[in-house]
Amino acid sequence: MFRKLSIVAFALTLAAAPLPVLAQGKKDSVVMAMALEPPGLDPTNAAAAAIAEVTLYNIYETLTKINEDGSVSPLLAESWTASPDLKTYTFKLRKGVKFHNGEAFNSAAVKFSFERNAAPNSTNKDKSLYQAFEKVETPDADTVVITMKYGEPNLPFLLGQASGSIVEPKSAPTNVTQPVGTGPYQLGAWAKGSSITLTKWADYRNAAAVKLSKVTIRFISDPAAQTAALLSGDVDAFPRVSAQRTIAQFKADPRFTVLVGGSRAKTIVAINHRKKPLDDVRVRRAILAAIDRKAMIDGAVDGFGTPIGSFYVPGALGYVDTTGVNPYDPEKARKLLAEAGVTTPLELSLKLPPPSYARQGGEIAAAQLAKVGIIAKIENVEWAQWLSQVFAPNGPHNFDLTIVSHVEPFDLVKITEPDYYLGYNNEKFNALYKQIVSTPDEAARAKLLGDAQRMLATDAVSAYLYQPQLITITNKKLKGVWKDVPQYENDFSTWHWE
Amino acid sequence: MLGGALTLLVVASALLSLLWTPWSPYEIDIASKLRPPSSSHWLGTDSFGRDIVSLLLAGARSTIMVGVIAVSIGLTFGVTLGLIASARRGWTEEIIMRFSDFTFAFPAVLSAIMLAAVAGPGMVTSIIAIGIFQIPTLTRLTRGSANAIWAREFVLAARAAGKGRFRITIEHVLPNVLSILIVQATIQFALAILAEAALSYLGLGTQPPQPSWGRMLNDAQTLLFQSPMLAVYPGAAIAIAVLGLNLLGDGLRDLLDPRLARER
Repeated sequence: MFRKLSIVAFALTLAAAPLPVLAQGKKDSVVMAMALEPPGLDPTNAAAAAIAEVTLYNIYETLTKINEDGSVSPLLAESWTASPDLKTYTFKLRKGVKFHNGEAFNSAAVKFSFERNAAPNSTNKDKSLYQAFEKVETPDADTVVITMKYGEPNLPFLLGQASGSIVEPKSAPTNVTQPVGTGPYQLGAWAKGSSITLTKWADYRNAAAVKLSKVTIRFISDPAAQTAALLSGDVDAFPRVSAQRTIAQFKADPRFTVLVGGSRAKTIVAINHRKKPLDDVRVRRAILAAIDRKAMIDGAVDGFGTPIGSFYVPGALGYVDTTGVNPYDPEKARKLLAEAGVTTPLELSLKLPPPSYARQGGEIAAAQLAKVGIIAKIENVEWAQWLSQVFAPNGPHNFDLTIVSHVEPFDLVKITEPDYYLGYNNEKFNALYKQIVSTPDEAARAKLLGDAQRMLATDAVSAYLYQPQLITITNKKLKGVWKDVPQYENDFSTWHWE
Repeated sequence: MLGGALTLLVVASALLSLLWTPWSPYEIDIASKLRPPSSSHWLGTDSFGRDIVSLLLAGARSTIMVGVIAVSIGLTFGVTLGLIASARRGWTEEIIMRFSDFTFAFPAVLSAIMLAAVAGPGMVTSIIAIGIFQIPTLTRLTRGSANAIWAREFVLAARAAGKGRFRITIEHVLPNVLSILIVQATIQFALAILAEAALSYLGLGTQPPQPSWGRMLNDAQTLLFQSPMLAVYPGAAIAIAVLGLNLLGDGLRDLLDPRLARER
C-alpha cells in the first residue's frame, strides 16, 4: 500500500514540476482566445469581424488609428488636413516604413489599396465608401490626396478600420493565407480550426516598444469551454468572452481582471421589408411593441446591455434616446396588427445565427411575439448559411426576422444601400443621410443625426434592442488590454506582462 | 419488473403532460430565471425562467413520439424487407441484404445531418433519419430468424400441403419471429431515444420552443459552472428511459423465449 502511494506521489511530483518553468517562460508571449475563427486573413475582402480581431494594427496598419476612446490618431499617416467642405483630404505619410516582404510603403501602395477596395469585383465591407472617392492623387511618394464625391466628416475614423488596411500590390492577392502588411507582427503559423500564432517582426520601425514576441490566438466558441479555458489558465486573455453568466466567479477570483466596456454594437431584431406584410409600418410597430427590451437584455445577455431605440448608440455624436418611440405594449401590438388587417396568428420565420445572444434572444422574442399572435418559427442556422441566405447583398434575403449584432461603428450608411438585407430603401432617409455627411458643422450634423435616429425609430425599420456591453477577462498580470472597443480589434503592441 | 415500471413512468409522464403540467413549458419569465427548487417550482427554473418539471414532462412527449414513429418506420420497412428476403431468397435476398449493409454504414447522426442539409433541421427530419437507421438492424434480424423458421418441419408440411410463400410467411413465419421482434423493438426504442437526444443536443432534432431532453442538455451546457443541476435532470430522464426500456427488453426476452422458460 505504502509503495503504491509513493509511486503516485512521485508521479504527481513529476506532473507538477514543469508548471513553474512554463509560467516563467511566458513573460514575452501570450495566449489569447476568441470565439470565432477568421475565414481568411485579408480584412479588405471579407466582412467577418474575426479577421480584424487578428490582423488590425498587428499584421496590417491603416492610415489612422482608432483609439480605445474612439478618438483618431496618426498611424501610417503622420498628419492630415481637410478642405472646409470636407471633400478633400490630404494625408502626409510616415517615411521609412517597409512592408514585411521588404517593399517600401509609399503613396502608390495607398492608392493601390483604396482603388482595389473600390474595384467592381471588390468584396470590401466598406466598398461604398471607397467608391465614393472621386480620385486618389499622389503628388509625391509621401503625400496622398483623396477627393470625395460628398463631404465625409468621419473619413479619418473610417480609414482606421480594418477594411482600410494598406496592402502591398505584389503580395495583395495572397494576403488571405500569407498576409503581408506593415504591422509589428507576422503570421507565424495557422493551425486551421485550432489556433493562429503571430510572431514579432524584428524589422518593425518601433520594435523595441513591442513587448510580446509571440501571440497565440486560440478559437473557442463554446461558452462553457471558454470559462473552463480561462479558469484552468490555458488562456491569458479572452476579449469579448461570452461569460456573462460566470462573470461573478471571475470577479471574485484574484487571478483575473474583468473589464466591462462599451461598444458601438447594436443588437437588433432585423425585419425584412421585402416580405409582406412586413412592408407595412403598422406590422413592424406591432413587432416592436410586442418585444420587451428589458427581458431581452436580462435573458439573452444577462443584463449586460443598454436599451436603444434606433441604429445608433449612446456616446456617439448626436445620440438621442428613442427607446420611448415604440415602447413595450402588447395590447397596442394586437391593435396595430388588427388595424393593418393582418389575420393572426401570423406565421413568420426567425433565423438565428449561432451566438448565444441570438439563440437565447430568439427564444425570448418568439415567446413574446406569440403573446400578440405572431408565431415566430425559429430556424437555427450557421454563420455561412446566415450570410448567404439572409445577409449577402446579392443573396435571396430569405428571412422574415433575424437577430444579429452589428458591431461596426458609424454604419448608418448601410441602411441607405439598396441591396442591404433590411430592404428599407426610403428616399427620405437616403436624402437625410446625404445631408448629414455633407454638413461640416458638428452641431448642425448632430441635430441631423438626431432626425435620422427619430426617422428610423418612427418607421420601426428594425426592432432595435440594446447596445451590448463587452466583457474582457484577462490574467491579472497582463496589462494594456483595452476595456472599450470602438471596433473589434486587439492591439497586441500595447499588451505586456507586469 | 423494474424495466416495466420505469418505462411506465416515462409513458405516464408523457400522457400527463398532454393534460396537465405544473406550469406552461413555453411560458418564459425572465424575472424568475435560474431559481432553485421550491414549493412552486419543484426542480427550479431554467435560464428562461421556465419550470423544469414541466419541461421534463413535455420533453417525455417529444421523446416518446420520436421513438414510437421512428421504431414504427423501422419495423414496417425492416420486417417487410427481412420477410421478403427470407421468402424469395436468391438475388432478391442479395439485393435487400446488400442494401441494408449500405444503409447500416451511415450512423443516425450522419444521415440526420445529410437530411437536415437537404430539408432543414426539425423533428420530422430527425424522426425519418432515426427510422432509416433502424431499418437494417431489423431487416437482418427478421431475415435471420425467418430463415431458421423456413427450415423447420412444419413449414415443409405447409409447403407440401400446397400453401404459397406469401401464406406461409403470414401464417407461420411471422408469428414465430414476432417475439424476437418485440424484444428487439424495445431495445431499438431505447436507441431511438438516445439518438433523438443526441440530435437535439446538436441542434438537428427537435427545434425550440418545443421542449426536448436533448435540447435541455444543450442549454444546460453553458450553465455548467453556475447551475450544474440543470444538466443532471434531463440527463437522468434520458438515463431512466433508456435503462427502463433495456430492462424491459431483457424481461420480455426471458418471458418469451421458450428455452429460457423451460429452465425456470
